[in-house]
Amino acid sequence: MSEHEQKQESTMSRRRFIRNSGLVAGGLVGGGILGGLIGANMKKDEEVSDTGGHGNGHDQVAYQQSPLYFTNPETFGILQAAVERIYPKDENGPGANDLDVPFFIDHQLAGSWGNNTREYMQGPFFPGSNFQGYQSPLKRHEVFDVGLAALQTYSRDKYNKPFAELEGEQQDEILTAFEEDKVKLRGVTSRTFFNILRAATIEGVYADPAYAGNKNMEGWKMKDFPGHQMSYINQIESEKFVEIKPNSLHSYTK
Amino acid sequence: MAKTLPKTDAVIVGVGWAGGIIAAELGKQGLNVVGLERGKERGVKDYYVVHDELRYGIRYELMQDLSRETITFRNHAKERSLPMRQLGSFLLGEGLGGSGVHWNGHTFRFLPYDFEIKSQTVKKYGAAKIKGLQVQDWGITYDELEPYFYEFEKAAGISGEEGELGPKRANPFPNPPMKETPITARFKEAAKSLGMKPYHMPSGNMSQAYENQYGAKLAQCQYCAFCERFGCEYGAKADPTVAVIPFAKETGNVDIRNFANVTEIIHDGKKATGVRYVDVQTKEEFIQPAEMVILTSYVMNNTRLLLTSKLGRPYNPDTGTGVIGKNYCYQILPGSAGFFDEEQFNTFMGAGALGATVDDYNGDNFDHSDLDFIHGGSISINQSGYRPIQYNMVPTDTPKWGSKFKENSIKYFTRALSIGTQGASMPVQHNFMDLDPSYKDAYGLPLLRLTYDFTEQDKNLYNYIGKITDKIMKEMGPSKINDRQQLEHYDIVPYQTTHNTGGVIMGAEPETSAVNNYLQMWDAENVFVIGASAFAHNGGYNPTGTVGALAYRAAEGIIKYSKEGGLLA
Repeated sequence: MSEHEQKQESTMSRRRFIRNSGLVAGGLVGGGILGGLIGANMKKDEEVSDTGGHGNGHDQVAYQQSPLYFTNPETFGILQAAVERIYPKDENGPGANDLDVPFFIDHQLAGSWGNNTREYMQGPFFPGSNFQGYQSPLKRHEVFDVGLAALQTYSRDKYNKPFAELEGEQQDEILTAFEEDKVKLRGVTSRTFFNILRAATIEGVYADPAYAGNKNMEGWKMKDFPGHQMSYINQIESEKFVEIKPNSLHSYTK
Repeated sequence: MAKTLPKTDAVIVGVGWAGGIIAAELGKQGLNVVGLERGKERGVKDYYVVHDELRYGIRYELMQDLSRETITFRNHAKERSLPMRQLGSFLLGEGLGGSGVHWNGHTFRFLPYDFEIKSQTVKKYGAAKIKGLQVQDWGITYDELEPYFYEFEKAAGISGEEGELGPKRANPFPNPPMKETPITARFKEAAKSLGMKPYHMPSGNMSQAYENQYGAKLAQCQYCAFCERFGCEYGAKADPTVAVIPFAKETGNVDIRNFANVTEIIHDGKKATGVRYVDVQTKEEFIQPAEMVILTSYVMNNTRLLLTSKLGRPYNPDTGTGVIGKNYCYQILPGSAGFFDEEQFNTFMGAGALGATVDDYNGDNFDHSDLDFIHGGSISINQSGYRPIQYNMVPTDTPKWGSKFKENSIKYFTRALSIGTQGASMPVQHNFMDLDPSYKDAYGLPLLRLTYDFTEQDKNLYNYIGKITDKIMKEMGPSKINDRQQLEHYDIVPYQTTHNTGGVIMGAEPETSAVNNYLQMWDAENVFVIGASAFAHNGGYNPTGTVGALAYRAAEGIIKYSKEGGLLA
């Protein structure tokens, strides 16, 4: 992807976010015209529904392409730019944004995982050794708030530009600094933030499309992974590689 | 105020494999049993949408809710112990059937050498060979345990064939081995050409439809590749909720209560009188009086309940005396990853225990005279099925993210194979479990504290066996093999294995062990503590087969005790 395309894509993506988040956009403008904006956005959604792709046919709206956690298009734009560097669009196939990974992460942050509900979150908190695991008092959604804001600050300090508008190589440089724990964050290490971001990106590429990522099972198709299949008993002994059309959890109910 | 319930013959704490077996066997004999299980009821009908990697494989839907209870961990006694806030290194079970619901089903018998490790090693190599290791004999021999192994294998419908170098069997496996695949065949050919003796891995996935001694019907495995970390929607995996618990309930003598979290063993210093438990949903508290108390709540909770209830002699790592919390062991896992540029394998198909194994470097099957470690491990290839989030095997020089990572992780998803080892883990004085001084569970009780690090013995075993796995992999003909990471400090984060052992170990003498060879507590004759907690060290195989054998041995002991009383050994 050329730098120009990269920039264009990130701008496009931000527009799509605004388009898909009528409530937020409306809120920014003011309560008085909120109702009108929601109506306008619903119309636009239907117009672009052909590219949504999550439905059975072309006449369905990709309703899950809506933020449930993020409330600020700028923050969402940073996430979009970052996940695309971790899993870029290239000759091997779609990247994180084409696969709707940002919506996957957004939905995850809004739920149990983002709130660490099944994890031990009692204090006291101490940093711990390299072998003692996650010790931050922050919940994952807070880690993303802190981490994404820090990507923006770092980018503005160093390049005088928002993260999403940087060249790909500059974004990589910043992400690498986070990965190598060279950036001081509040309440969590930059390495921990980066590791969660990376893991969540890969999850969004390959989790069942029910979770709003892995659009059209395109992530699975790249890996020749056929998703959910009831049985391989007739193929398990095959000497040849078997190509199988993928199935999602949706096939349980359709 | 806790409500006191009517007395029962036996109360079981935790209803997984061990608890389920005890319930079935005691119920069959007409003993009244109450089974207390902190998690929910579940069964085959609950796995309708189970082929969901994120939910079950990554977010651990079937595992322990750590917000209620976890452990704390440190590498050594001078470090501050901190909570294991998220699951990682091992995946603790919760709910009816315990980890027996979401295990893979690799079902081996420990070697004769394991049960007499101290005496056999000293006899053959001299006392210096075990210097620094807290190894001891188990107080039982393989020959004594043989019939109990078979009883478990029948209950679990194990599919397999006898390995030449494995323990001798009195009976064939209840089911024939799993199918041969290009991947298992490739491993076997390579091992054979190196002079080793490969065989098909004994499997808790059914190679054919099967009915066990309790009348439980198990279906044929479909090789769907959603096994470990998942429940089986076919009822084709040896799972206590399929194999033993329905029978236990049918006896009419077993009352299993879910959401019942036991918080205390009530005792008078010599005998237990019952247990206290909390309903985790309503928060009501109950006292369940019982003639016998049976702990089957995994290594961690068996140890913790005894420590918080002040029953038995806590282990002291400074002196090596005391027994509760002693000899915590794990497993050492050297392996090799091979990348096949020109071939594509059906890696996404599989079954939890579909694989092939060699025992040539396990136990004392090879000469240790010139080696700086004892024991070894079983080396296997396992085709349990790759899933796309968890499996991103790439050559070592691949970056962790970006275009090159994407390219390689896609390419090698179907072009990488790995050989692994279940390496034995030897106890040392400073690896142990006790109670954490500061962190508490949801009921205000101290968390269990784990102090554990790898030792020189572990590193030497790892390096030696790793060279063997490399040799086999090379023989399989890959384009490249990954360099193995050095074994340094134990890390609680990356998944390694849920083969934790020790803490309430068995033995022939009360001074050095917590339970006798019926898993009966030396210090409280009506308390039986069952599970891998009884392992005096961890062997070179997956532990469940041996846990199952010990559960049947204990069931016999409990029934005998209910009639005669007194110490059984």
